[in-house]
Amino acid sequence: MSITALTIEEARNLLDTKQISSVELTQGFLDRIKKYDENLKAFLTVVEDTALTMANKADKRLKNGETTPLLGIPIALKDLFVTQGIRTTAASRVLENYVPQYDGTVVRRLKDAGAVILGKTNCDAWAHGSSGENSDFEPTKNPYNPAYVPGGSSSGSPTAVAADMCLGATGTDTGGSIRLPAGFTNTVGLKPTYGRVSRYGVIAMASSLDSIGHFTKTSSDSAMFLSVTAGKDPRDATTPEKAVPDYLKDIQKGVKGLKIGVPKEYFIKGLDSRIKIQTEQALGILERQGAKLVEISLPHTEYAIAVYYIVQTAEVSSNLARYDGTRFGHDRSHFGDEAKRRIMLGTYVLSAGYYDAYYKKAMQVRTLIKQDFEKAFDPADNGVDVIITPSSPTLPWKFGEKMADPLKMYLSDIFTVTANLAGIPGLTVPAGFIDGLPNGLQILGPHFSEELLFRVGHAFESEKAYWTEKPAL
Amino acid sequence: MKYTPIIGLEVHVELKTKSKMFCSCSADYFGKPPNTHTCPVCLGLPGALPVPNKKALEWCMMVALALNCRISEFSKFDRKNYFYPDLPKGYQISQYDLPVGINGHMKLASGNLIRIRRVHMEEDTGKLTHQTVNGAAVSLIDFNRSSVPLVEIVTEPDFHDAEDVKEYLQNLQYIVRYLEVSNADMEKGDMRLEPNISLSTDPKVLPSYKVEVKNINSFRFVEKTINFEIDRQLKLLDKGETPLQETRGWNENKGLTYSQRVKEEANDYRYFPEPDIPPMIWTDREISRLRESLPELRDEKIVRFSTEYGLPHQDADILTRDKNLANFFEETAKIGIDHNVSHRDIANTIINQKIDYEKTHPAEVVKQIVAENKLDELNPEELQRAVEKILSENQKAVTDYKSGKESVIMFLLGQTMRQLGKKVDANTVKQILIDTLK
Repeated sequence: MSITALTIEEARNLLDTKQISSVELTQGFLDRIKKYDENLKAFLTVVEDTALTMANKADKRLKNGETTPLLGIPIALKDLFVTQGIRTTAASRVLENYVPQYDGTVVRRLKDAGAVILGKTNCDAWAHGSSGENSDFEPTKNPYNPAYVPGGSSSGSPTAVAADMCLGATGTDTGGSIRLPAGFTNTVGLKPTYGRVSRYGVIAMASSLDSIGHFTKTSSDSAMFLSVTAGKDPRDATTPEKAVPDYLKDIQKGVKGLKIGVPKEYFIKGLDSRIKIQTEQALGILERQGAKLVEISLPHTEYAIAVYYIVQTAEVSSNLARYDGTRFGHDRSHFGDEAKRRIMLGTYVLSAGYYDAYYKKAMQVRTLIKQDFEKAFDPADNGVDVIITPSSPTLPWKFGEKMADPLKMYLSDIFTVTANLAGIPGLTVPAGFIDGLPNGLQILGPHFSEELLFRVGHAFESEKAYWTEKPAL
Repeated sequence: MKYTPIIGLEVHVELKTKSKMFCSCSADYFGKPPNTHTCPVCLGLPGALPVPNKKALEWCMMVALALNCRISEFSKFDRKNYFYPDLPKGYQISQYDLPVGINGHMKLASGNLIRIRRVHMEEDTGKLTHQTVNGAAVSLIDFNRSSVPLVEIVTEPDFHDAEDVKEYLQNLQYIVRYLEVSNADMEKGDMRLEPNISLSTDPKVLPSYKVEVKNINSFRFVEKTINFEIDRQLKLLDKGETPLQETRGWNENKGLTYSQRVKEEANDYRYFPEPDIPPMIWTDREISRLRESLPELRDEKIVRFSTEYGLPHQDADILTRDKNLANFFEETAKIGIDHNVSHRDIANTIINQKIDYEKTHPAEVVKQIVAENKLDELNPEELQRAVEKILSENQKAVTDYKSGKESVIMFLLGQTMRQLGKKVDANTVKQILIDTLK
């Protein structure tokens, strides 16, 4: 087996036992990027020299007997993560030549942990999109079928993981930008609880919704990754003082005795019937492993997209105000259509006279959506432990299919935006293939229940190791 | 037609916290080389996030408490969105509907009550300068001031003349200095004043327009601005015109206000809750702890100086203009007790001799007064001779005295003291005068 086909867990073992070096591993990925990314377009920037220098350093630390979850592990960063001295574009022409002066907290933590940064990955510009097609540079292709989108906004990161061009990659999830593309690329995507991972140094999309997560091949890898990135950050006022548990401790405990909620509002018209069947099969597997399935209701689900496109655009319009070309980057004429659309929508909903009807009302409904989940998970109310849904109502689509109709594109986040509005964590794991295209399963839990999500994901993977089914590149 | 001026005030006070409002850069920016007190946060770089300065919030709350405001237990920050080159994020973090304090008041010496609408916390902007560099006209920007904490204090339109405005501002300056939360140094821009002025035929009814004058940095200029505006608006009203709703500036050289921006409608700042900072909840205990930590303010000190030390209001007023001077007086008074030096003598000495409290030890003042009060040796015969000389030279006064006009004794006393040319006990001299006149 090629070393690039490893998981983080497997590579960790080989590095710790000195069977491979980080430099070898890193070189392996760099070679693969050179070979395949010309076509896939997962990376916007590859930092070969920096990566090898970091790998060298990691090897020295390994030699000294150090062992931390990501030491010497080659990873990629979504190009929304600011990196000192490495161009950071947010996949927008506005920041085409922007080289940040500082590292964000997650980048710093990953560097301190000895992870090796291979480069910066492609995405929808400013993370606006569900397919990756809104990248101002070029769209990333789905490694399982290059005629199809890999999902977005984090399009490059999961593609890089699925195509064995790195062992893990960061992403951001504001309305599904990790969970949707994870499902489209046969990868594991984690959107942590809001505030679990610092947003400092990640270019903001919609600040009250942005979650900083990552893509890996397995749930265990995801757990290892989170153990490095999670935790209170004095530079992000929305990260609470909450201890980071050992995410691997109970990962093998299985699902026996767990109550899994299946919300009826997610199995509706518009859901691809093949996805419905595959989701039910997955639920059947977990049931056979000892979980109890419970039909539940999240009654305000139907309002989620509407609420999301008010709150999110409002925050986007404010967050993008600083990109005026005065101090860095190009001027506003370089914004793409989707960014302009959201700036206009957001400006409109916040305008005097409209604020109450749109933003204020949306915030009130947001509270109701949050309460739906609180009630569903409430142990005092006979609540469930986790909720399982499909991660997308459709399979990956062909390039261009939804570009002419923004609303259609917006609706692809219908199963994922609720978690952002409620601030709860969600994990997408591979659920299988339909017509050769990957499909994902979304596991949602109460605030700070990432441990439990990994446990459920791991239980499913232990029976259905779809991640071993590699794309034919 | 008779018009009453209706005046409200917005005052920005820059706090003297060590660090800025939302980052750990030094807030002590005055006179520092441009852009040396900056970081990703106060430069508004991509990805940077604000973390509120707790000390600044506490100080803002102390200002609100000192102005008798009700403290909101639940408070939050909001974004005020607008474009300006000195505003690196494209929005200012401020407070909109849930400010730190509301519904306060300040009582003026006249008894007039000025209602305080709100006291809130926000961040300062960078500073633009327009100059010529290598022959080209350029605008330069210094972000050292960006995100320095500002407290904004807004009154109701309760003023009717410049005098009250001046007194209010003076008091406000005393308050923030007593609280030691700001130097309130006008020349350094620590306090920026924005009066809004209009004229109404009925003082209870706000007129249809309002003129705001921005960023005045001296109490005297505020006074001039208000008087100028009252005059200007009155002339327009007398001509049957309504003054424009606008923002004006004060030109000190020309001694007039000039139009800066005519507001056709209210600016739409698209306020919304700042998502990067969780709402703040203050417990009763935290609020009362701050309330208890408030130092004695000047008003209270003036009253206490009058009652405790028996000082005339005038003296108490002067001594309390500077908290350090007031403390110096109290220390001196304490030492003075052991040396039989009266509080009033101490107050007089400190005030009249303009004692520099920074360079003087309280004991030195007491020592000086004791030395001054020490009486010269007085020979009884010398005294008797002087008295008789004065009486013989002032026959008219003697006659007056004898005919019952006893107050004339003070005149004779003064003459005798001068004749003696020595520091002697006036009571002794007076007694001898009376005895001799009998």
